[in-house]
Amino acid sequence: MKFKVKILRQDTPHDGSYWQTFEMPYEDGMNLTTVLQRIAADPITVDRQPTAPVAYDASCLEEVCGACTMVINGRVRQACSALVDRLLAEQPSLIEMRPMTKFPVIRDLIVDRSSMFEVLKRVKAWVHVDGYHDLGPGARIPPKQQDEAYPLSRCMTCGCCVEACPQFNDRSSFIGPAAISQVMLFNAHPTGRVDADARFEVLSGSGGIAACGNSQNCVKVCPKDIPLTDSIAKAGRDTTLYQLRKWFGS
Amino acid sequence: MAKQHVVVVGGGLAGLAVTMKLAEAGNHVFLISMVPVKRSHSVCAQGGINSVNPLTRQQGDSEWLHMDDTVYGGDFLQHQPPVKEMCDWGPRVIDLLDRLGVPFNRTPEGFRDQRRFGGTMFKRTAFAGATTGQQMLYALDEQVRRWEARNLVEKYEYWEFLGPILDTKGHCRGVVAQDMFSMEIRPFAADAVVLATGGCGSVFGRSTMSMICTGGAAGRAYEAGADYANGEFVQVHPTAIPGTDKLRLMSESARGEGGRIWVPRKPQDDRDPNSIPASERFYFLEERYPKYGNLVPRDIATREIFDVCVNLDLSVEPGRLCVYLDVTELSAESLKKLDGILEIYEKFQGVDPRKTPMKIFPAVHYSMGGLWVDYERNDATGGLVIGSPRNQQTKVPGLFVIGEADYQYHGANRLGANSLLSCIFSGLIVAPTIVNRLKSLPQGSAADQPVSLFDDSVKPHQEWMNRLIHHEGTENPYKLHQELGDWMTRNVTVVRNNKDLRSTLEKIAEISERYGNVALSDKSNWTNQNLSFTRALGDMIRLAGVITEGALLRDECRGAHFKPEFAIPSPDAEEPAALREQAGVWCKAFKAKGDRWLKTTVARHTPDGPEFHYEEVDTSLIPPRPRTYGLKGAEVIEQVWSKMGVGQEGPAERKVAVGGAPK
Repeated sequence: MKFKVKILRQDTPHDGSYWQTFEMPYEDGMNLTTVLQRIAADPITVDRQPTAPVAYDASCLEEVCGACTMVINGRVRQACSALVDRLLAEQPSLIEMRPMTKFPVIRDLIVDRSSMFEVLKRVKAWVHVDGYHDLGPGARIPPKQQDEAYPLSRCMTCGCCVEACPQFNDRSSFIGPAAISQVMLFNAHPTGRVDADARFEVLSGSGGIAACGNSQNCVKVCPKDIPLTDSIAKAGRDTTLYQLRKWFGS
Repeated sequence: MAKQHVVVVGGGLAGLAVTMKLAEAGNHVFLISMVPVKRSHSVCAQGGINSVNPLTRQQGDSEWLHMDDTVYGGDFLQHQPPVKEMCDWGPRVIDLLDRLGVPFNRTPEGFRDQRRFGGTMFKRTAFAGATTGQQMLYALDEQVRRWEARNLVEKYEYWEFLGPILDTKGHCRGVVAQDMFSMEIRPFAADAVVLATGGCGSVFGRSTMSMICTGGAAGRAYEAGADYANGEFVQVHPTAIPGTDKLRLMSESARGEGGRIWVPRKPQDDRDPNSIPASERFYFLEERYPKYGNLVPRDIATREIFDVCVNLDLSVEPGRLCVYLDVTELSAESLKKLDGILEIYEKFQGVDPRKTPMKIFPAVHYSMGGLWVDYERNDATGGLVIGSPRNQQTKVPGLFVIGEADYQYHGANRLGANSLLSCIFSGLIVAPTIVNRLKSLPQGSAADQPVSLFDDSVKPHQEWMNRLIHHEGTENPYKLHQELGDWMTRNVTVVRNNKDLRSTLEKIAEISERYGNVALSDKSNWTNQNLSFTRALGDMIRLAGVITEGALLRDECRGAHFKPEFAIPSPDAEEPAALREQAGVWCKAFKAKGDRWLKTTVARHTPDGPEFHYEEVDTSLIPPRPRTYGLKGAEVIEQVWSKMGVGQEGPAERKVAVGGAPK
């Protein structure tokens, strides 16, 4: 069996984009990173024209690193866990791959997501410890609190949530669901919460929590099922409380 | 004094650990990585991190026993002082990670929970679900970001290390690296260079390792004069799921939580596994190793799977090494702790492993071998002299290696959940070494070197790139890689024999020759992944040669290196006196094997291929002994061995023999 893959390509950040179609022999258990590997080994289009291999980002190939995120059949997700037979069941004979639209394209399916990491600096997404010398264990943490922290801590900074978010775009400075969820992760940590106010300050400002339009798209596309809308709801409430405290000077 | 810089290459656990420690001490670090550091291969580590802890301590455990399990598991091939220091640091390393916010699983009282891993009887392994490596990497990534925000760390992500810059005396003065987007090549002057670039799974084609684990950086350092040690020791993990692009790990933690390995007693029984009654299931690890059961070390589990599938023809799928890993009987609480990996199985195989036993296969997983690094022994403690300029330094002064890229901690076989410890430990302890180095700079400062040293360092890389891009050849680098991987996987993994190793060496020579005739399908000067892969292929071919020739030369069985031709036949007599006599013969043969082969393999690059020599291993703390893991019938070997009193004469001096194969 053969199937077709249509890929939106772009040679450099300054060039226009164009579609190219490849025909692939089906392999049992095949996923889209395999498809990209096969194209790299044999870059020939469906019209038998040799072309340059498709550039793409990929590393772990088991959906824990977040590298191979792209838009597949119109939905943002990781290419490694996108299995060909399931995609063909959704949409027979043709699979469509394109780069994420919310980030600058470097080449083909590679985009520059560094802005997501920059935002993590702004919200101080870390635990400010005294030092790396031996000070014994951290605080005891009840299992329930660990149960709440662990899902938030699985965020791969892959960008699915911001890709799906209507408020995250060129015209807005919205920091996005992933960063807000990280704020809630660190504010809940016994040591991490020392920077809570600084984080709420960012959420209070332009592009902060008020920029969320509550479309709830983020939580639907998160590959790790992170309860992003719960984080956003809590962040909204806590930021309001922070602002009240600030106004009343307490 | 001119501003000093340190270059760290690789942003996994080891690279991030040294970066944050150096930044904390006020040093400026260039952190170079092929991927955003948060996407490094450490994310794939699943099960946990080992150390003695309050629970195990009260059951009689100690740092010493952790070291004993580690060197026994490693078949005594690792120098013991670094292992001792690592095990001593274990509790502190985990405490630090705890303070940094790693969401370790908790007991009802809020303490860290622990699970049991292979090669030990103690529950030493702290864990965060089944994504411990990811969680630990994120904690260190966050710390490094904190220093980045204070301008002490400058990240160069999507930059690739092309080689060290060596002055005329052979001292390392920095690195050459390439922007993987713009393809710009530039030098980075540095007063110390640390490689934390991981393993070389790609040498075997597909493995459980990430796409970035090519061994490219190690291959380039080796070519530049850093020795490569114990390359032939490659861990094949017993439990992975095959994929067309990579092999995905199913963590040992599945067995740590109670998962069991079995095959139907009837060859290729095609019934639904759930319908096969217990009496018709062969739980071969539990039957053969009553003491450790499903948690024997990985090399042993993998060989037993091979034996059951090939010699007994009981593979679940004919023609492959496939057995069941069964977690269907686990409690909901245990299954929840394994969610991270069960999700992977479900997503990629389309079957719910909570309901149906998983079909699993062995896969290349970890490089015990790596770049040779030094250490300084502390005679008072048996551990290391912390801050010694020798610790983790290669044969090239100023070039250090940590993490999976070094050879130091795991000997002939690594125990599960020891790699996260060795990565972070080696990263943490190389920091004081570098801080001391920066204070004295025994070979002078990088800033005092002539500018031409750095300018000229770029030239050969630029020329190589231009030549390759325009080269008209007939070989396809991806297909060549596949051929290399197929040969290496077939002949240089679980079971090795000299005939096949020899033919593999010939094949590698042929592939090396054909590599000279590769052509790129991408001729562009922008984000050329084809070029980067092809360059790494050259390194893979070189390392394949080191691994295969090291395996050919080593005529014995040790840890992951198994050559049936040189296995000592197991005692099999029924009658006790005869059995004892056989055990005596076995122990003598074992002693002779140790005298000849308990040595570090060291490969040195020459234009004509690797040159090998062997170095004594420091076994001064724990005398080597036969490795049986309570194998049925091995008691008698252990009794005879302990009566022989070998190695009981007290701590020996560390001897280093350079040059020549062992007699």
